[in-house]
Amino acid sequence: MGKSVARTVWEFLDERFLISDLVGFARKKTVPEHGRSFWYFFGGICLFLTAIQVATGGLLLLYYSPQVGAAHESVQFIMGGVKFGWLIRSVHSWTANILIGMMFVHMFSSFFLKAYRKPRELTWMSGFALLVLFMAFGFSGYLLPWNELSYFATRVGTDIAGSLPLVGSWLKTVILGGPDISQATLSRFYWFHVALLPVVALTLVAVHVILVQTLGMSKPIGERGTREIPFFPDFIYKDALGWTLILVLVGVLCVFLPWEIGTKADPLSSTPLGIKPEWYFTFMFSTLKIVPAHIFSLEGEKLAILGFLAGGLLWLLVPFLDRRARRGERSPLFTWIGLALAVYIVVMTVLTYTVPRL
Amino acid sequence: MIFRGARLLAAASLFAPLLAFGQKNGCVDCHSQLEGNLKAPVAAYAADIHREFGLSCRDCHGGNAGTDDIALAKDKSFKGAPTKAKIPLFCGGCHANAAVMRASNPSLRTDQLSQYETSRHGQLLKTGDTKVAVCTDCHGVHGILSARLPKSRTFPWNIPQTCGRCHADKGLMESYKIPTDQVDQYMAGVHARALFEKKDLTAPVCNSCHGNHGAFPPAASSVASVCRQCHASAGELFSKSPHKKAFDDMGMGECDACHGNHKILPPSTAMIGTGEGAVCVQCHDKGSRGFEVAGEIRRTLDIFTGRYGEVESLLSLAKRKGVEVSDAEYSLLDVHTTLVSAENLTHGLDAAEIGKAVTDGETALLGVRAVAVAALKEARFRREGLAVTTAILALFAVALALKVRRMARVRRGAAGPGAPGTRPS
Repeated sequence: MGKSVARTVWEFLDERFLISDLVGFARKKTVPEHGRSFWYFFGGICLFLTAIQVATGGLLLLYYSPQVGAAHESVQFIMGGVKFGWLIRSVHSWTANILIGMMFVHMFSSFFLKAYRKPRELTWMSGFALLVLFMAFGFSGYLLPWNELSYFATRVGTDIAGSLPLVGSWLKTVILGGPDISQATLSRFYWFHVALLPVVALTLVAVHVILVQTLGMSKPIGERGTREIPFFPDFIYKDALGWTLILVLVGVLCVFLPWEIGTKADPLSSTPLGIKPEWYFTFMFSTLKIVPAHIFSLEGEKLAILGFLAGGLLWLLVPFLDRRARRGERSPLFTWIGLALAVYIVVMTVLTYTVPRL
Repeated sequence: MIFRGARLLAAASLFAPLLAFGQKNGCVDCHSQLEGNLKAPVAAYAADIHREFGLSCRDCHGGNAGTDDIALAKDKSFKGAPTKAKIPLFCGGCHANAAVMRASNPSLRTDQLSQYETSRHGQLLKTGDTKVAVCTDCHGVHGILSARLPKSRTFPWNIPQTCGRCHADKGLMESYKIPTDQVDQYMAGVHARALFEKKDLTAPVCNSCHGNHGAFPPAASSVASVCRQCHASAGELFSKSPHKKAFDDMGMGECDACHGNHKILPPSTAMIGTGEGAVCVQCHDKGSRGFEVAGEIRRTLDIFTGRYGEVESLLSLAKRKGVEVSDAEYSLLDVHTTLVSAENLTHGLDAAEIGKAVTDGETALLGVRAVAVAALKEARFRREGLAVTTAILALFAVALALKVRRMARVRRGAAGPGAPGTRPS
């Protein structure tokens, strides 16, 4: 009886959603297995963490209030007054940070494996766009608890955007909704964080996943092995093992280091010493601090910002610039460039937290 | 003709500032070329507050500033530098003249000279003692700054140093037979901590109790009034207490008898009672009624303080364990206010009043304690929950790892072209 009901339900759903075809596709799909296939799992971990972000973010919407006079209090209520609210918020905040870290790892591992080469140019570009979008998620979400650190870090961040040549002033006003951080800013950041960015990001995630599924995983240049494993269930089981370990890590972090609420922002107070943005912006932030005031009679900070924009554009276009990889040949120059960039990011991030007044 | 004259006068008045701008200042021209003490006033006066009000050398010293000739410059109006004994009258020439002050700085008082004459400094100066402080000793000479500026000698956090320049000088104070440790004592007290550590500019400094221009050591009978300027509640309670009459009868100062004068330490319950450090035993002998009351008040406060400390520790532990307790922390602040209030009530010596405040505080403390205990329970629940969840996830991970290994083994066993699970790339 039970089996026949389940069968009927399955057939009903299958007829409408073509599930058998999807399962068939997953069973037929294979993933290359070689010495460096470990790096494939970071994509799955990013997807898993994104799902956690959506789920916990949706739950936080039930109690969060995007009003200057109530935002901090609502977060305080979530952490103290809502059953498991502390867990939901801590999971949301910790996974957001781990997600961006994993995206960096995923991006650099794909770069070093030259996974961006033809025909996966759009996979690379959509992935890089996703990293930028998730950093924007982080920037907009950081302000929402309306605490002292986030308030002043947002001011520092938007001041940097405001120093861009030509469009800086206009861009800053658009981001803030006025000349300074106010209710208009909080409303905008909230709208970015829960409406605009999710729609764009989830669309891009779908594009990225469809591209990965249809084009398959890229094999590193020079990899001659022919071994492959079925995507389902073998690869998925390994993916699930990684997800489980991440869940344990998140659980430990949330219980022993619940995400702080901080002191409520006071726009009239002076900027606290040593204010820093979120860790994934610090390599750019510290670069702007150490760059000379003038380089060849041009303003150093503006030049550095333009440098970051140009660097980002070149990074996005790497699949088209690395012609040797396109031809399936090794491209050590790009490997060295990627290595230098990775070292630069790590060193600057570490220095930000270890060198006083940087 | 009259109109023409008026027009010329109006035009001349328009250009008058330019004429003034171009005027020569022979005093500055000459003194800036001299050395040492004769040159110093030129640089110092550049930042002087009198300069901001448009005063120049001749406004104080007289003379003719429009010439380079020294003899001509020292004309009949030339006053030169006054002797120390004459400085109060020299400054008072303007500062005690309401008409003059109204023209330049109407908000400034004009009673400094009359106050000075009533001060100990002024009285001694009248007897011919020129070692005492006059205006310039506290305000400086040519670099006088507004008391509102932090660099001014009379800005609150510079006043102990300004007074201490003379009062901490043993050689100078020897002939007056007054101690020289007041500044050191003040710096060790609670008022200096408020001023220098908390940057509270309302904290009392020397002149808050002794006066400034009319500086005088407060008499025993007036010490209480001085302290009551800020500590009105404690003063009111003391006035109603049995101590008031007893102190008056003995001719004792009030507040300073227990708290001291320059070195006023942070008040605490340790000052009350019959143990070591308690001030009550200075007067109340063992076995007296006062001795018993002191001990009783101390016990009541100690019990409350102990419970407060215990709840504070519990709450702090819960916070360290990651539980959100900020509402309870605010409630604990209220309890702390009650504790301070109960400590303040000791000035009135009414054990019933103190007991009532302590009871109110303990009732509120119970509520905070309940929150702290619940928060610790929550912390334990979280850790236990994590342990269980981690165990389940670990079991799941091990099962997955075994499954993955078994699948790999099966694949390897069936290895070979066309074997299941392997495909050509």
